[in-house]
Amino acid sequence: MEALVAILIGTLTACGVYLTLRGRTFPVVLGLTFLSYAVNLFLLVMGRLTVGKPPIIVEGVTEYADPLPQALVLTAIVISFAMTAFVIVLSLKAHLEMGNDHVDGKHKP
Amino acid sequence: MNLSLVALIPFVGAILVASISRLGRLHAAWGAGAVTLLALAFLYPMIADVFLGQIIIQRFSWIPNLGLDIVFRLDGLGLLFSLMILGIGLLIILYARYYLSERDDMGRFFAYLLMFMGSMLGIVLSENIIQLLIFWELTSLSSFLLISYWQHRQESRSGARMALAVTGGGGLALLGGFLLLGEICGSYDLSVILASGDSIRAHALYLPTLILILLGAFTKSAQFPFHFWLPNAMAAPTPVSAYLHSATMVKAGVFLLARLFPALSGTPEWFWLVCTTGLTTLLVAAYIAMFKHDLKGLLAYSTISHLGLITLLFGMGTPLAAVAGVFHIINHAIFKASLFMAAGIIDHEAGTRDMRRLRGLWKFMPHTALLAMVAAASMAGVPLFNGFLSKEMFFAETLHHANQPWGWLMPAAATLAGIFAVAYSLRFIHTVFFGGEPVDLPKTPHEPPRWMKVPVEILVALCLLVGILPALTVEPILAVAAAGVLQGPVPDHDLAIWHGFNPALWMSIIALSGGILIYLARRPLSALHDRFVDRIEFKSLYNYLLNQLFKVSSYITYLLNSNSLQQMLFVFMIFILMLGLAGFNENVSALTGDRALLPMDGVSMLVTLILVIAAIGAVILHRQRLVSLILMGAVGLGVSLVFIKFSAPDLALTQLSVEVVTIVLMLLALYFLPQFSPQESGNYIRSRDVIVATAAGLGVSLLVWAILTRPYHSIADYFLSNSVPGGGGTNVVNVILVDFRGYDTLGEITVLALAGLGIYAMLHQLKLSGSEQDSEGQTWDRDLHPVIMASFVRLLLPLALLVSVYILLRGHNLPGGGFIAGLITAVALIMQYLANGVTWAHTRLSVDMHNVIGAGIFIAALTGLASWFFDHPFLTSTFSHLHWPIIGEFELASAMIFDLGVYLVVVGTTLLILIYLGLVHKESHLTNVRKRIR
Repeated sequence: MEALVAILIGTLTACGVYLTLRGRTFPVVLGLTFLSYAVNLFLLVMGRLTVGKPPIIVEGVTEYADPLPQALVLTAIVISFAMTAFVIVLSLKAHLEMGNDHVDGKHKP
Repeated sequence: MNLSLVALIPFVGAILVASISRLGRLHAAWGAGAVTLLALAFLYPMIADVFLGQIIIQRFSWIPNLGLDIVFRLDGLGLLFSLMILGIGLLIILYARYYLSERDDMGRFFAYLLMFMGSMLGIVLSENIIQLLIFWELTSLSSFLLISYWQHRQESRSGARMALAVTGGGGLALLGGFLLLGEICGSYDLSVILASGDSIRAHALYLPTLILILLGAFTKSAQFPFHFWLPNAMAAPTPVSAYLHSATMVKAGVFLLARLFPALSGTPEWFWLVCTTGLTTLLVAAYIAMFKHDLKGLLAYSTISHLGLITLLFGMGTPLAAVAGVFHIINHAIFKASLFMAAGIIDHEAGTRDMRRLRGLWKFMPHTALLAMVAAASMAGVPLFNGFLSKEMFFAETLHHANQPWGWLMPAAATLAGIFAVAYSLRFIHTVFFGGEPVDLPKTPHEPPRWMKVPVEILVALCLLVGILPALTVEPILAVAAAGVLQGPVPDHDLAIWHGFNPALWMSIIALSGGILIYLARRPLSALHDRFVDRIEFKSLYNYLLNQLFKVSSYITYLLNSNSLQQMLFVFMIFILMLGLAGFNENVSALTGDRALLPMDGVSMLVTLILVIAAIGAVILHRQRLVSLILMGAVGLGVSLVFIKFSAPDLALTQLSVEVVTIVLMLLALYFLPQFSPQESGNYIRSRDVIVATAAGLGVSLLVWAILTRPYHSIADYFLSNSVPGGGGTNVVNVILVDFRGYDTLGEITVLALAGLGIYAMLHQLKLSGSEQDSEGQTWDRDLHPVIMASFVRLLLPLALLVSVYILLRGHNLPGGGFIAGLITAVALIMQYLANGVTWAHTRLSVDMHNVIGAGIFIAALTGLASWFFDHPFLTSTFSHLHWPIIGEFELASAMIFDLGVYLVVVGTTLLILIYLGLVHKESHLTNVRKRIR
């Protein structure tokens, strides 16, 4: 299972990195979203993999998944949403002001 | 007794004054006066104790782990300065009320003035030196606002910027000095620092500490060669100049010298550094003052010169010189404030400050002339006026070293400066009020309004009272302030007008007669000066240095910034890869650790496979934007499945709802953007990027593998075992968010709100037309709001809202909470917008989302503040269980109210973003709905 998770996070990172290196704003925003998926998953699994032990206290149960990374990731998801929204609107504004959606705001033949 | 309030009231008052100024033009002035009186009233009960020799200290814990407290201190020196700041401040407020014209915004002026007053009070009442520095920087900032008050004038803006650059730069040096001082003493408290003077002076770091602190003090009090900012700050309205030059700002520098006198003085380094600076400033500035044609310019240079005198006195290092220094601080504040006010009256009523045109004003404004003459006589050091007394003490002090080699230099220089002072004072009076007829003045001068003269009259009366009856008037406060400076017994000093024919009196006589002689010979001297000396301009040196600095910085920017995001990101990625590589190389242990692995199952493999294919597909097809967006959505949903698998139901719910909102948002944005990305990069660039991306992915995979196969220790046990007894909830993730780490969450929702407001600012007034066709070239369906979808979505709304309320309420104990519930509500409402159109939805949901966001943060912050009332730290939560009929036991926690705040912020931000993105479409600008929305 650990190998699957490692492959998944690696793939998401690679996709994110490739897309952020593109020259137009929209793919870059997609790339940032992929990177935030990767980072969120990465943070979560820092608490190691636990199956079927959600951190909700039930009497008699002593084993739980680590709640701390989960709390971190929960806010990270919301913040990365805010960031994505900001960047996409910024690219929209740039498109309007510059007349093109190149990341450097210039025409290339 | 509440010392801290004295310094804090003006800050609160500034907000108050700014808001009440809308009610009427003069309200701000009355308000500012009332605030100042209130601060004085809080100071009043403590005065008696200070006179008895007590030091009042009030301490609040701030960051105890770092040894940082907020501590206020009132001793003799602090009291003297507080009285001057508040007393002269009060007169300035009265004066400014008449000085400012109809066009000037009184609210802004008095708000800045009060902020400045509060900052000054903070400096003189601080016990902790770091806190002192904060107020110190606040004076730089608020004086910047005051000097640039007339923002439309270029010289105001440049003068303010120069003042900020010089005093702010000095503030940085001072910070360094204070940190060193704190290191030497092991404490940032003045009580400790002032008591450990011997160990400071013996310390190896004494000299750098001294130099840094003196840099701060000298820049602030405009000592040579940093003096040039002060004349340029003359662009400020005259009440500001009067305040800055008399009781505040420049006096902050000499206050610092006085404050740290017991800790730093008494060494040759102190003597040479401070005396040389003071003496040079005293002479140079007095010399320049004689040749200034601008009334305020003359006064500005005389201020610099007098500050040099005070600096010189403290530099001498003897207790009696320090007493004289304190005395001159008082006298200078009184006569300089009144002189500036008089100059302001002349400027106000005659329309110019040019002394080549201002002549013979005596017959137009005899009353003002009389007041100005008294104040100027005091400035010149004429007997019977207060300036004479401290100047004579100064002359006497310079004679202490007279029998040493070169010892004659100091008294000689002091006398020379005295001669200059007499000359420029004489010029101020004789030229302006006598000396012929006025030369084409813009206005016919006349006496100002009655009350505009009252502050000047009060100050001038003080000049005379102190000058004639010093022992009865100024002696008590001088003694207690000097005791505050020396932190010990005050040496005997005799404040009398007549001490017999001693050398100091002779120096005074020489100064008076020499000054008159120079004034008589002013025309040839002035011509000589204009020809040779006037060329030396420190302002141009400053501008040159500033320009060089800009050049260097833009060159560095040019070196580092290639203006291409792609290139810079590439370099960044390579750098990160190398960092990662270095990390792997350093750790030579096996890649795989010894933690037991979880078994693999078919479903997991399938989901992983789908996710990997979708992600890679999104990359391969990224030029077809819609397709890659949909694939990305699929990946997002898959990620929420991964969250479920690994015991994170809260995350799965959040991810699911965020995904929906994100996709809707991106689709909306895509509508206005090109549907396809052009093929831009060549094969080389693309293969290069593929290699970088693969390397990054591989590195992360290996890292994850290495971490996951190793055991670890978590601090989670604390949260798991305290969640129910401490936080009253069984959902540990939610309890961490709203309780244990509630402060972080408060920060995060603030970020969220800011992002929302930032997006609103960008979209506000934006008008775009989307494409006519979809990505496949077909025109859009004419039926914008299909009936079935519209009806279904309307039916769904109450259900969705019910679910979100349920999720919100149960969040403390089961998966859910403010974030998730907020997103669900937002999705439910967004669906109405999508299915029924903006017009339909917005007329029914006429809530301003700004208010929702504001309410959310307000509620969350209020929950935190509420715990203060029960003497608990910020955001301590409490809970209890209620037994409700039928429903059963129900838990109420204060953290749930906090969660409600989170909920509101999330709903407000999400809707604000999406609604305004929808409104960008140019057709929505045509409908009048948009008008109704605002």
